[in-house]
Amino acid sequence: MTGKTVTRADLAEAVFREVGLSRNESAKLVESVLGLITDSLAKSESVKISSFGSFSVRMKGQRIGRNPKTGEEVPILPRKVLVFRASHVLKDQINGETSADEADAAPEYSPSDPSS
Amino acid sequence: MTKSELIQRLAEMYPDPRLYHRDFERVVNKVFDEISAALARGDRVELRGFGAFSVRARGERVGRNPRTGESVNVAKKHLPFFKTGKELRERINQG
Repeated sequence: MTGKTVTRADLAEAVFREVGLSRNESAKLVESVLGLITDSLAKSESVKISSFGSFSVRMKGQRIGRNPKTGEEVPILPRKVLVFRASHVLKDQINGETSADEADAAPEYSPSDPSS
Repeated sequence: MTKSELIQRLAEMYPDPRLYHRDFERVVNKVFDEISAALARGDRVELRGFGAFSVRARGERVGRNPRTGESVNVAKKHLPFFKTGKELRERINQG
């Protein structure tokens, strides 16, 4: 774990090194990728990126909330929330690389053996 | 929208004769590969206005086999998380 934060600039730099385009054009392409995903989600259309994950929009009903300062009850209006579900490929990648050094510390979970 | 549709839409936005469909495919793959690689290193990915990806640790716990009721140890693991950015959240709730 290096504890760094990756930003748009890092993604643009990676695209720049991958494709023979200028840094400026690479940055525009990264922005357009995010823009297209945003446009799709704004129409409540889900976005599925294979081996990465899926973004979908879920409807939340109205509920009663409370102002934590005054204790006053206020209605929280119905709204839409974005849900990200990571794919198994991404989950496995994260666990393969970040917890390899701890793999021997805990017994591995394995589904029950059908033969036993 | 699937990844292939995203690649198609991106290609339509840039009618540049120097760029082939393959190039847009590489661009899109690179973006998600970079995010995945960053998360695998334990890094955060912060895309202002869009959202932030991070990795959270889940401790070891005792789970149960739902079929047999038998206790099993579930090893600690890391899970990816996404927090929606302010602008994206507002776009989703518009209209």
